[in-house]
Amino acid sequence: MSGTFVGMPAFPKAAHDAVHNPVLRGNLRHATHTIRAKRARAVAELADWAALREAGRRIKDHTLRHLDRYLVQLEESVTAAGGTVHWAADADEANRIVTRLVKETGESEVVKVKSMATQEIGLNEALLDEGIRAYETDLAELIVQLGKDRPSHILVPAIHRNRGEIRDIFRSEMGGWGRPAPEGLTDTPAELAEAARLHLREKFLRAKVGISGANFMVAETGTLVVVESEGNGRMCLTLPETLISVVGIEKVVPTWRDLEVFLQTLPRSSTAERMNPYTSMWTGTTDSETADGPRAFHLVLLDNGRTDTLADQVGRQALRCIRCSACLNVCPVYERAGGHAYGSVYPGPIGAILSPQLRGTASEIDASLPYASSLCGACYEVCPVAIDIPEVLVHLRERVVQGGPAVRQGNRVVLKPAKGHAAERAAMRAARWAFAHPGALRTGQRLASRTRRLHPRTLPGPGRAWSGTRDLPAVPPEPFRDWWQRSRGGKDGVK
Amino acid sequence: MSSRDRVLGRVRRALADVTPDERPYEEAVGRDYLREHGRRTTGQTVELLAENLADYRAIVHRSDAEEMPLLVMRLLAEHGSQEVLVPPGLPPEWMSAADPVRIHDRAASTPQRLDQVDSVVTGCAVAIAETGTIVLDGSPDQGRRRISLIPDHHICVVRIPDQVVSSVPQALERLVPDRPLTWISGPSATSDIELDRVEGVHGPRKLEVILLS
Repeated sequence: MSGTFVGMPAFPKAAHDAVHNPVLRGNLRHATHTIRAKRARAVAELADWAALREAGRRIKDHTLRHLDRYLVQLEESVTAAGGTVHWAADADEANRIVTRLVKETGESEVVKVKSMATQEIGLNEALLDEGIRAYETDLAELIVQLGKDRPSHILVPAIHRNRGEIRDIFRSEMGGWGRPAPEGLTDTPAELAEAARLHLREKFLRAKVGISGANFMVAETGTLVVVESEGNGRMCLTLPETLISVVGIEKVVPTWRDLEVFLQTLPRSSTAERMNPYTSMWTGTTDSETADGPRAFHLVLLDNGRTDTLADQVGRQALRCIRCSACLNVCPVYERAGGHAYGSVYPGPIGAILSPQLRGTASEIDASLPYASSLCGACYEVCPVAIDIPEVLVHLRERVVQGGPAVRQGNRVVLKPAKGHAAERAAMRAARWAFAHPGALRTGQRLASRTRRLHPRTLPGPGRAWSGTRDLPAVPPEPFRDWWQRSRGGKDGVK
Repeated sequence: MSSRDRVLGRVRRALADVTPDERPYEEAVGRDYLREHGRRTTGQTVELLAENLADYRAIVHRSDAEEMPLLVMRLLAEHGSQEVLVPPGLPPEWMSAADPVRIHDRAASTPQRLDQVDSVVTGCAVAIAETGTIVLDGSPDQGRRRISLIPDHHICVVRIPDQVVSSVPQALERLVPDRPLTWISGPSATSDIELDRVEGVHGPRKLEVILLS
C-alpha cells in the first residue's frame, strides 16, 4: 500500500527535515540537474518552441473556458465508440465507481498504469479496503509501493531513492507481492529493471482488469492517449478484458489535431526526449471479430476540486497543466526540500498551486504551500503551457492571509484568513499606517538607526517564525531620507 | 441530481465570466508553429529517420525487396529465434527464406502463449523522421497491439519513402483515430533508477527496423 498524505505537517516543518538529509539532497540534485540539462537540449532542437508553447496554452485555455461543451462531446464520442462514461464529483465517488466496476468482473486483482489521478484519490487504498489488490506496474511506482513509501516526483516518483535503497526494497519486499527478487541481486540499474520485469510479467499475463489514467482525451473522436516509456502501460491497456480509466476533466482537448502540439511539447519537457518510447491511443473498444484490446472500456471523469479551481479566474490556469514535471526539475526549493515536503501527489511548483486549489486552503499544509517558493520564476519559464505559477502563488498567498470569496465543492463560500497569519496582518497594517504618516515613519527610522547596535539577530514572539529562516536586514547608520537631505538636499531644488 | 448534472452544473457556474460571444475554437487556437522542422529532401528525411531510430538504440537495417527474405532470415537466426509471430496480412515473401516455426496471431492466443514466442515481424503505418518514431495502427500487416509487445524481439518494416513523414503533425494527418494506435520510439526503456537509462523493462528489449526500398 502506498502511503497517504493525510496529516502531513506544514511545508516549512517537512522541508526543514528534508534539507538536513544529505542522501536525499544528493539524489535529488543529481536527478534534477541531469534532466534539466537534457531538457534544454531537447527543446532547443525545435525552432518553433515558443509558438508550440503558445498554441498549447491557447488550446488548453479555450477548452477550459468551454469545458462543459467539450465534456459532453467527449461523452458522446466515447459512448458511440463502445465505451461507458461515468462521472465522479469527488474522490470517494470515483473510488466507489471503480470498486463496483472491478467487483462486477469478479476479480480481486488489478494491474495499474502510473496515474496521477488515481494517486490523488487514493484508489489503491480504497480498493484494498474492499479486498482488491492493485499492482502498480511502472518501475518507479513499484519501488514506491513495495517500499510502503510515497511518490515524490510527478514523472519519476522514486527519484528520492538511490540504487542501493532500491535493491534492498526489492530483496526484502518482492516475495510478499509475488515473484521474489532473484538470488544475488546487485544494485546495477539493468539488474534491478530485469527483476522488476520478471516480477511484473506474471501479473500482466494473468490480469483481467487494467486501471489507467490518460494524458489526453480527444472530444471530437473519443480517443484516449497514454504516454509512457516502459511498456507497462501498453501491457495494462491491451491485455486485460476490462479497462477502467480515471481521468481528470481538465484532460480533454477539442480535436485530434490538437495532439500534434502536445506530442511535441510533453516528451521534450518531461523526459527530455524527442519522443517517449511508447504512446498508446485507443477509441472505445474494437468489435469482437478484430478484437484488439479490452472488450469493456469504462471512463471515469473526475472532478475532485477541479471545478472549484476552474471558478477562480486567476487560479484556473493551473488546470492547463499536462503533468510534464519540468517545473519540479528547475525549482531551487524542490531540489532542496524534496517532493514529500509538499504533502501531496503533486509536488514542486505546480503542486504548490494545484493542491491548495483542489483541496482548499483549510489545512495547515495547504495554507503553507503557496509560500513554498522563492518566486524566482524558473517554473514559468519552462512550463510548456505557460502557466504563470508565480502569479497564482501570490494570488493564493493573498487568499491565505486575507481570506475572501472562493468556491468549495461547488458552493460559494467566504474564506476566513488562515490561522497563524495574525502577526503578518498586524505588521502589514502597521506598515500601511506608517507609510501614510511620513512624520511617524521618519521618527521611527531615525530611532531604528540609533538603536541598531541593540537589535537582536532573531525576532522574538511570532516574528521568530519569519527570522528563523532568514537573516534580518541590517539597519543602515542613517535613514535614506536623512542621507538624501544631507548630501543632495540643497541641490536641484529638491527638498 | 446525478453526478453528471452536478459536475456539469459546477463547470457552468464556474465559467460565469465566459461570455457567449467568445472567439470560436478556430480563432482562439492560433497555429503559428511549423508543420516540419527544416527543409529536407526525401532522401535526407529517410536519413534523419535512421539516425534518430539509432539514437534511441533501435537497430536499423536497409534492404530492397530482393534481399529482404535473406535479411529477415539472418536477423532471426542471429537472435536464435525458434518461433516467430506474424500478423495475418504480412507479405509472405518477407518470410520466405526464414526457417523458424511461424505462428499466426489468433484472437484465442493467450498472453501466456505469446510470451513463449521469440520474435515478431510486422509492418507499420507511418514513421516519423524528426522523432525516430514508428506508428502501428493494427492493419493486417501489423496485427493486434499485444503481438509487438510481449515477444522480446520486434522486427518492424518501414517502406521508404512512402511510409516516412518528417514530423508529428504530418503523422497525425495520416492516422485514423478509430484504430488502436501504438507509437514506438526505440525499445522499451526506463530512467526510474537514478535517471540511468535502461533498455527493456516490459516491452521488446530489441527493436530492429528494416528500411525497405
